[in-house]
Amino acid sequence: MDFSLITLSLVVLILPMISFLVISFFGKKMPGNGNWFSTSILFVNLFLSIYIFIRYVTDGGISFTVEWINLGTETTRLKAGVVLDSISCVMLVVVNLISAVVHLFSIKYMEGDSKYSRYFAHLGLFTFSMLGIVLTNNLLLMYVFWELVGISSYLLIGFWYEKKAPQEAAKKAFIVNRIGDIGFFTGIMIIFTFLGTFTFTDIFAGIEAGKLSGAWLTATGILLFMGAVGKSAQFPLHVWLPDAMEGPTPVSALIHAATMVAAGVYMLARVFVMLSADALTVIAYTGAITAFISATIAITQNDIKKVLAYSTISQLGYMVMAHGIGAYSFAMFHLTTHAFFKACLFLGSGSIIYAMHHVQDIREMGGLRKKMPITFYTFLISTLAISGVPFTSGFLSKDSILAATLAFAKENGGINYLIPFIAFTVAGLTAFYMFRVVILTFFGEPRNKEKYDHCHESPWVMTFPLILLSVLSFFFFYSFNPLTADGGWFMEVLKAPESILRGTKGAIYHILDAIEFKEAVHQSHYTAMLLSLAISSIGILMAYLLYYWKKLDVEKITNAIRPLYNFSLNKWYFDELYDKTAVAFTMLSARVLAWFDAKIVDGIVNGSASLTYFTSKFTGKFDNYFVDTLVNLAGGFAGFFGLIFRKVQTGKIQTYLAFAVFGILILYFVLRVI
Amino acid sequence: MEVGLNHFLILSTVVFGIGLYALISRKNAILVLMGIELILNACNINLIAFSKYGGLGVDGQVVAIFVIILAVAEAAIALGIVLNLYNNFSTVNIDEVDNMKE
Repeated sequence: MDFSLITLSLVVLILPMISFLVISFFGKKMPGNGNWFSTSILFVNLFLSIYIFIRYVTDGGISFTVEWINLGTETTRLKAGVVLDSISCVMLVVVNLISAVVHLFSIKYMEGDSKYSRYFAHLGLFTFSMLGIVLTNNLLLMYVFWELVGISSYLLIGFWYEKKAPQEAAKKAFIVNRIGDIGFFTGIMIIFTFLGTFTFTDIFAGIEAGKLSGAWLTATGILLFMGAVGKSAQFPLHVWLPDAMEGPTPVSALIHAATMVAAGVYMLARVFVMLSADALTVIAYTGAITAFISATIAITQNDIKKVLAYSTISQLGYMVMAHGIGAYSFAMFHLTTHAFFKACLFLGSGSIIYAMHHVQDIREMGGLRKKMPITFYTFLISTLAISGVPFTSGFLSKDSILAATLAFAKENGGINYLIPFIAFTVAGLTAFYMFRVVILTFFGEPRNKEKYDHCHESPWVMTFPLILLSVLSFFFFYSFNPLTADGGWFMEVLKAPESILRGTKGAIYHILDAIEFKEAVHQSHYTAMLLSLAISSIGILMAYLLYYWKKLDVEKITNAIRPLYNFSLNKWYFDELYDKTAVAFTMLSARVLAWFDAKIVDGIVNGSASLTYFTSKFTGKFDNYFVDTLVNLAGGFAGFFGLIFRKVQTGKIQTYLAFAVFGILILYFVLRVI
Repeated sequence: MEVGLNHFLILSTVVFGIGLYALISRKNAILVLMGIELILNACNINLIAFSKYGGLGVDGQVVAIFVIILAVAEAAIALGIVLNLYNNFSTVNIDEVDNMKE
């Protein structure tokens, strides 16, 4: 292993930044406002990262650290560095691939926008920050890039800031993320306090040495997870992601489906080995709850992007849950496959929206199959993948996770059967709502004839990414066995690391070691596969019954379960709940503080002003009457005596003479006495 | 009664007193000058008396002659001043000549 690979990874990191800077400054003067410039940079990046990935697979991992800055004493040396291991190499390819195709897609999708060049500049900034998260080998730099993706996400959600909704959505995303980041930062600070380092390897070594353990370690794990809760839109901070769909659709595909929201999952993978059993339990249940809540919401949404957004949250819940039950490899595997098919779904919806002239409501669509065949087939393949139909990548990754949940429940028993139960339910719901979207969008009669007549297949720059991503949703890219990912080359690359907490109390019952875990998963694999196939089929069948064959009356069912339907349609009233509680509380405290400011602080300021006024008036009076009187008195005194004594100075020579004689006489007598 | 030193001294004291009184109280510049002459002459009497009865000898008489000459010169200058005074103030009343106090 040589250092040229590290240099290459730094080049991969810097190139999007160059794209960002060049387009920011010269974008307006470049041909096509720099669209092909940035796209080609990203494709170069893609090939470089594929090369790095291949070199990693053949040669093994490498990491590189340099001294960065010294803080105060000699002991707190901060290091910066790059780590190229299984997850970062995989993420390099995923991020660059999605970013490249999204750049390509955007060339046509964003055409004619007044801020065309700025859009590509922001995409470059985002890609740079995301690659930073992927490559860095310490928590502090990760936090820096973490915030950078936050700001680029903010910029891109609020890209059409002339409109009210994107503004609000951008603010919401930023603020909600901040809540998670507080936890993340606190976790980092706890680590730094105990261990005095940010570098992952040093942290793990410190924890292995027992410098940070017990409740503090669990708290640290949960706090770090809070960062992931914000970034990966987990319950209860998931509310920002659906609103983030106000951004341009390719942005949703890149940031809010495939890469940035996966950063939380990636970060959990980075710190996986130091998560204690209790922290992992919290993570597992949070993921499960998130997956369930968002899946139930996705069923009733009518905006195609909202459905996809909730489906993204649900799948992210899967990944987080997989981390929580110790299925590290499966979480990263699902992250990869999900990134491809979900980006494909989003870009597909972008293609539809482009063709339908910005109609996003699936009730307005229908029958688009004939008009947009490429979009239809790619969308269908991705839908099959996300629903877990065999021969797709989604089937492999999802089944692995489902099998892992079963193994986990078997191992731990009792209440933990809740997790596989939720996981399987969500699998069924996912199949149902995704096919609902497909049927309502592509099948049946067009419901908006006018829009339908005008729409046609998108140009090649938009269909090529779709084709590429949907091809990547087939099983053979990840494993040659269509039924299981076990033993496939991809799972070999993504080997789970051993938890450094093994053998400590509490961890042992939660995380089996890699071989035991593999065995346990293997045992439950066929059960899980059959169950998930059955449940997915039921979901797909229900979708066909309700929306394609119309054997069941949707209206009737909706009316029968009206309260439940409304509950789901209104997103479990989370926004309302937060409006009533957190937002209301914030507003109330803001109002109280405003009142405090206006009344108390201003009162004190005004009071002190009038006090000053009053005292100065008093001292003025004192000055005028007392001091001036004294001064005048002294003056008058001096004047008075002056008047008296000036009488002596008559100017008459004889008086002076008389005084002189008088003086001599006195002198005479005085001298005589002496 | 034998006329002795004391008699001369008393005489000179009286003359001196008269002269001083004239010097201080007279308003007329001429009379003031006359007071000065009286004081000088009282002094002369003293010099002569000490020349005769004291140990001064002929020195006293010489000094007395000097004083007389001095008095003449002084009278000449002082009268000149009085004339000038009269030219400037149209008066020889020295009470009215009090420009010094300003």
